Amino acid sequence: MQFMLLFSRQGKLRLQKWYVPLCDKEKKKITRELVQTVLARKPKMCSFLEWRDLKIVYKRYASLYFCCAIEDQDNELITLEIIHRYVELLDKYFGSVCELDIIFNFEKAYFILDEFLLGGEAQETSKKNVLKAIEQADLLQENLDFQIRLLPAST
Amino acid sequence: MALKIVKGSIDRMFDKNLQDLVRGIRNHKEDEAKYISTCIDEIKQELKQDNIAVKANAVCKLTYLQMLGYDVSWAAFNIVEVMSSSKFTYKRIGYLAASQCFHEGTDVIMLTTNQIRKDLSSPNQYDTGVALTGLSCFVTPDLARDLANDIMTLMSHTKPYIRKKAVLIMYKVFLKYPESLRPAFPRLKEKLEDPDPGVQSAAVNVICELARRNPKNYLSLAPLFFKLMTSSTNNWVLIKIIKLFGALTPLEPRLGKKLIEPLTNLIHSTSAMSLLYECVNTVIAVLISLSSGMPNHSASIQLCVQKLRILIEDSDQNLKYLGLLAMSKILKTHPKSVQSHKDLILQCLDDKDESIRLRALDLLYGMVSKKNLMEIVKKLMLHVDKAEGTTYRDELLTKIIDICSQSNYQYITNFEWYISILVELTRLEGTRHGHLIASQMLDVAIRVKAIRAFAVAQMATLLDNAHLLTGNTQRNGICEVLYAAAWICGEFAEHLEDPMLTLEAMLRPKVATLPGHIQAVYVQNAAKLFATVLQKHEGETDSQAAQETSQLLIDRLPLFVQSANLEVQERASCILQLVKYIQKLQQKNVEVAEEVTALFAGELNPVAPKAQKKVPIPEGLDLDAWINEPPSESESEDEKPKAVFAKEEPKHSRSRHTEVDEKELARRREARKQEQANNPFYIKASPSSQKVYDAPGVEHIPVVQIDLSVPLKVPGMPMSDQYVKLEEERRQKEKADKKKKEKKKKREKRGKGRKGDSGPESEEDITPAHHVDIVTEEMPENALPSDDDDKDPNDPHKALDIDLDNLLSGAGSRPLADSEKLPVRTHRPEVLKSPAEDRDDNTIPQETKKKSSKDKKEKKKDKEKDRKRSKEDKKKKKKHKDVEEELPESLPEEVVQSEETKEVVTVSSSAAAATVDSSSAAAAESEPEELKDTEPDDTKSSKHKKKKQKKEKEEKEKKKKKRHHHHHHHHSDAGAEDSVQNGTVEDEEPLPPMSNYSLLAENSYIKMMKEDADQVCDIQGNHQDESKVVVSVIFENKSDSFLKSMEFNVLDSLNSKLQRPDGAGPHDGLTVPFQLPPGVSNEARFVFSVQSIVMPQKLKGTLTFIVKTDESSTHEKLDFKLHFTCTSYLITTPCYSDAYAKLLESGDLKGSSLRLEGVNMPFHHLLARICFHHHFSVVERIDSCASMYSRSIQGHHVCLLVKSSDQTVSIDAKCDEPSLLGNVLDEIKQTFSKC
Repeated sequence: MQFMLLFSRQGKLRLQKWYVPLCDKEKKKITRELVQTVLARKPKMCSFLEWRDLKIVYKRYASLYFCCAIEDQDNELITLEIIHRYVELLDKYFGSVCELDIIFNFEKAYFILDEFLLGGEAQETSKKNVLKAIEQADLLQENLDFQIRLLPAST
Repeated sequence: MALKIVKGSIDRMFDKNLQDLVRGIRNHKEDEAKYISTCIDEIKQELKQDNIAVKANAVCKLTYLQMLGYDVSWAAFNIVEVMSSSKFTYKRIGYLAASQCFHEGTDVIMLTTNQIRKDLSSPNQYDTGVALTGLSCFVTPDLARDLANDIMTLMSHTKPYIRKKAVLIMYKVFLKYPESLRPAFPRLKEKLEDPDPGVQSAAVNVICELARRNPKNYLSLAPLFFKLMTSSTNNWVLIKIIKLFGALTPLEPRLGKKLIEPLTNLIHSTSAMSLLYECVNTVIAVLISLSSGMPNHSASIQLCVQKLRILIEDSDQNLKYLGLLAMSKILKTHPKSVQSHKDLILQCLDDKDESIRLRALDLLYGMVSKKNLMEIVKKLMLHVDKAEGTTYRDELLTKIIDICSQSNYQYITNFEWYISILVELTRLEGTRHGHLIASQMLDVAIRVKAIRAFAVAQMATLLDNAHLLTGNTQRNGICEVLYAAAWICGEFAEHLEDPMLTLEAMLRPKVATLPGHIQAVYVQNAAKLFATVLQKHEGETDSQAAQETSQLLIDRLPLFVQSANLEVQERASCILQLVKYIQKLQQKNVEVAEEVTALFAGELNPVAPKAQKKVPIPEGLDLDAWINEPPSESESEDEKPKAVFAKEEPKHSRSRHTEVDEKELARRREARKQEQANNPFYIKASPSSQKVYDAPGVEHIPVVQIDLSVPLKVPGMPMSDQYVKLEEERRQKEKADKKKKEKKKKREKRGKGRKGDSGPESEEDITPAHHVDIVTEEMPENALPSDDDDKDPNDPHKALDIDLDNLLSGAGSRPLADSEKLPVRTHRPEVLKSPAEDRDDNTIPQETKKKSSKDKKEKKKDKEKDRKRSKEDKKKKKKHKDVEEELPESLPEEVVQSEETKEVVTVSSSAAAATVDSSSAAAAESEPEELKDTEPDDTKSSKHKKKKQKKEKEEKEKKKKKRHHHHHHHHSDAGAEDSVQNGTVEDEEPLPPMSNYSLLAENSYIKMMKEDADQVCDIQGNHQDESKVVVSVIFENKSDSFLKSMEFNVLDSLNSKLQRPDGAGPHDGLTVPFQLPPGVSNEARFVFSVQSIVMPQKLKGTLTFIVKTDESSTHEKLDFKLHFTCTSYLITTPCYSDAYAKLLESGDLKGSSLRLEGVNMPFHHLLARICFHHHFSVVERIDSCASMYSRSIQGHHVCLLVKSSDQTVSIDAKCDEPSLLGNVLDEIKQTFSKC
C-alpha cells in the first residue's frame, strides 16, 4: 500500500498516512485530486478506480471516506478488508466510533493504524492483538500521566 | 525539581490542548486561517519553554495542523526533542509527529540516528515498537545504513511483537540500502518458519514484496512456499504466497503445472472472495506463462471463467468490476472461452456504474469477430444515443473506432457499413473526437480503394450538409470531419457524381466560419474539383458551363483571400490568380483542362507513421558529427545574421557544443527575456498580456449552438442499420451458395469433420462484400527493427536485484565478503552509554565471529572451484533441481516432459502417465528428452552434483546416460528397439527417442560427448554486445586408470571466447571440476561468449589430463573441435498465433524456403524433431501443416511454415536475419538427411 487517506464528505482530510516518501507539495496535490475524484463518484459505483499507475480502493463509512492507494498487482478485495478491519478496530477502541472521535483523538487513530499496518503492510491480522498492544501502551502512558499529576500533590 | 514540575503542570492547565485547538478551529469557521496563525504563534511560545510536557503538547497540535495542510517543517528540531524524551507518552507523540512530518529532505533526521538506536534497544518493547513504526515512515538511506544491523538483531528479539515489526521494516531498509539484503536474507528466511504466526506472516509479506520485483532470485524458495501454501489457513498469508507464485511461474513453467491443482482446489473450497480472486488471477497468469493450447488445462480456464461469471453476475459492484477486469486478462490468451459470455458483457454495458461499463467496453474490444462486429457495434451505437454525459459518450465513440479499426480493419467485411457508421458518429453533439473520426475517414478512403466511390458520395453529402456540423467550431470538434470530407472529395473527385454541386458547397460563405486549417483544405480541394469540372465540361465541349465555373471561383475566392489565417489567404490568392488566368485562356477558347488537371496528377500513398524513424542510417554517416568546423564563441556573439522580424536565437546545437557555464546561460536568458519584452512581434507567454486582434476576424462572430435532442437524420444518408440487414442477407445467400457447392465437393471428406466450428458459420466463411484491398502503409527498405526498452531505470527495486541463492545453502556458496557486512557501530564518540547499549555491543562481535568462521568453512569447500560465473550458474541449476524434487510429486514424469513434445503428442497420455518406480519403457523413453527439455533460462540438471541427491535419482541418471551412448552408437535402430521394449499400445505412434549428444572426441582413455550447445540468455537481455552460450560436455573414462587434473582449453576466435575466471590469461585452460575413476562419466559445463550469431562457428580445443595407474602417471591430451551450430543460438520460445500473425504481417522478415524429399516419418515426428533439435515451438498445427516459431538469443525471430505431403516436406521460413535463417535451414536439412 502506498498511502491511506481519511476524509469527510465535505472533503476535509481527517487522517493521512504515507508509506512512500513524498514531499509535502506532492502529497497535497495527490490528496486534493483524490478527494475530488472520490467524492464525485456516485454511491452505486464500485469501490475501485485506476488513478495514474495506481489503483485506488475506497469505502465510505457514514460520513467518512477511507481511501487507499495500492499497486497494480495488489489485491483490491484484501485492501477493502484492511479498511474494514481498521474501521472495526476504531469502533472497538472508541466504542461505536464517529467522525468526531477521530477528529478529537486523531493521535489515537494513528496509533491504532500504526499497530495494524507497518510500512504499508498488514502487520497484525488479529484484532485482539492490536487492541491489546494499544491498551498496554495506553496504560503505560496513563501511568506516567498519573505520576506526573500525583507529584505536585506530594509537595 | 518538584517546583519545576508544578510550574509545568500549571502552565499546561492554561495552555490549549489538542481538543481545545480542534474545538477552536471548528468555532472559527469564517476566519480559520487567522485563528490558526494565532495558534501557531502560541505554539511557538510553548516550544520555547523547557517543560517537555508543554513541548509535547505543542508538537501534538502541530501534527494536527500539518494534516490540515500547514507547513510545520520549522518545528522539526522540536519534534526531535520530544522524540528523545524518556517518557513514553511524549516519545510516542514525538515519533508520530516525525512520521507524519519528516521526509528524506528533512535535515534534522541525521540527528536522530543515536536516539533511534537507543530506543530500538530499550528494555520497554513499546519504546522499541514506536521507534520502529516511526522509522518505517521516514527511513533514509543514511538511517538504513546505520541502523540495518540493529534492526537485523531485533528480528531475533524474544518478543514476537518486536520481531514482527523488525521483519516488516527490513523491507523499507532494503529499499533504501540494498547492500543490506544479502547479509540480512538468511535471517529473514529463517523467520518464514517462526513459531509466531504474526512474524511468519510478516516474513512472507516481505519476501513476497521482494520477489515480486525480482522473481528470479527467489525461485529457490519455491518449495518452502509451496509447503506454506498447502499448510497455511491464514488467508492473508495465502494471498501473498499465491501472488508470489504468480510472479515466479513465468520463470519456471514446471512450477506452474504443479500449482494448477492446489489452486483449483482453493478456488473450489474457499469462501473468501479476496482469496478466490487472487487464485483466479494466478491461475490465469500460470496459464499464460505455459504454452498455449494445452488441452488438459482447458478445464482450469473453464473453471476460472465460470467463477468470474459468478462474480460478474453478483449484485456487488466491486465483484462485478473485478470479474470483468480478470476476464480481460483471460481474453488475451483464451478468447474463445470468454467469447461465449458475450451476452453477459453486453449486459454490463447497461450498468449504472460508468467504471463497469468502461471495463465491459474493454472486453468487447477483444471479443469481436467478423461475424459479430456489426451486431456489437450496432449495440454500441444504441448506447451512444442513450448515453448521458459527454465523457462516457466520447469513450464509446473511441471504442467503436478502436474495435472497428483494430489489426488493420481485420474484422470489417463491409466497408460501406463502416463509412456509414463514421458518418452517423458525426452527428454526436459536442464530441471532442472529430479529429479521430476524420482520420478514420481519410485512412479508409485512402487505403481501401474499392470503397472510394462510396466514400466520396458520402463525403459530398456531408459537405452539402455542413451547416449541421458547424455548430461546434472548437478545436477537435466535430467540424474536423469536414477536413476529411473536403480532402476526400477533392482527391478522389473522379468518383463524384456532381462535382459542380460539391464545388459550390465548398465555396459557400459559411465556410469562412470554420477553423483556418479546414478552410485551407477547402480552398485547395476546391481547386482540384475545379480541375475535374473543367475536364468534364471540356469533354462535353460545354464551354459556357466551364466559364461559369471559373466565374464562380472568381466570385467566391476573394472571401478567403481576406482570411486572417495566413495559410488560407496564401492558397486562396494563388488559386484565385490561377483561375483568373484560366478564365482569360477560356475566353480565347484555349483548351486548358488537361493542363489544370496535371497540377494535381499522381496518387498519394499512405506512409506508415513510424516510417521516418525506421529509415536506417547509412553506413559511415555520423549524424552527430559537425559538417563544418564549429564557429568560435566570439564569432557567434558578434556576427549575428540580421533578421527581419526578430533576432534569432543562437541555435541549440551550437550552445550544446560550446560549453557555456551556468552564469553565462542565466545572463543570456535574462537578455532574451528583455529582448522579447521589447519586441512587439513576440507573443508573450505571460497570462497578463491579453490577446489583441488587429481586426474583428470572422472566427469571432458568435455562433449559436443549437442543441437538438432528437438525433438528426441528414437527408439522403443511408443508415448503417440498413447495411447490417443487407449484410445479413448477403451472408445468408452466400452461405446457401456455399452449401450447395460444399455438398457436391466434400461429400467424401465428411468423415474428417471440422472440429472448431460450433457456430453456424465460422470466421473463414464470411467473405468481404467487396474485394477489399487494404493498402499497407509504406515503410522504407531495410527498416530497422523497433527498439522497445520499457524498463524504468529509476525503479528503486532494481537495486534489490541481488542473487541470494548462493547464500542459502551451505556448500559452494558465495560467502558474504567483508565489504558486504552490515556496518556495525564500533568507535563512535559517545558521552554516555546506557546498559542496554553495552549489551548491544556485546552481541555484535559474536555475530561477526560466527560469520567469519562460516566464511572459512565455505572457502575450504570452494578451494578448487575458481570459475565464479559458471559456478553460480551451477548453483542455480542445483536449486532448480531441488525445486523439482521437493515439490510434491503429483506429476512425476509428466512434468519434466518437454513442452513441445506435449503439444505434439497429445495422445500418448498413457505413456506419460507412467509412474516413477515402474521401469516401463515409456518412462525411460521420455528420459533422454528430460535433459534437454527444460526452459532455456531455467537450467539443466548438473550431474556432478548428484552425489548430494538421492540414490534413486543417481541410478536413474546413470541409466539415462547409458541410453545416450546407446543412441549414439545405434542411432538408426534405437527407435525400433525401444518400441519393441515398449509393450503399451498407443493410438498414435510414439516418438522415437532423440538425443542431442554427439561425440566430440575419443581416444583410448576418454570419450567426450557434447550436448548441442544450450543457451543461457540473461533475461534482462544483455545481448547488445555479446551473448552467452553454455556447452555441456560429458567426459567418460574408458580406461582402467584414474583420470585427474583435466584441463579444458579452447583456442578463442574473434567471435567466440571461452569465459575464463577473472585474472586468467586468454590462453589458460579451465580445470574440469572433477576427477574420473575408471568407467565413470560426468558432465561439465563451459560458458562461451559469442558476438555474432548469424554464422555457425568451429573452435579448436584440447583436453589435457593425467592418467594415473598404480605405478605411474602420464600426461595425455585429446584434441577436439567444438561446433556451434546456428540452431544452438535459438531458444525455444512459445508464441501465440495472433502475435505470430502480426509478426509475419509486419513485413520486417525476409523469407527463404527448403524442400526435403523422401522424408519417411509421421508428421508429428517431424515436428518433434524440429522442436527438439532446432529449438522451435509449434504455434499452430492444422492437419499436415504447422507453423513454428523460435527466437535467437539476440532476439531474431525465426518463423517456419512446415507442410508435408507424400514424403516431401516443404519449409517456408522467415527471419529478420537472412544469413542466420539460411544457416538454420541448412542445419535442418542436415538433421533430416541423417535419418
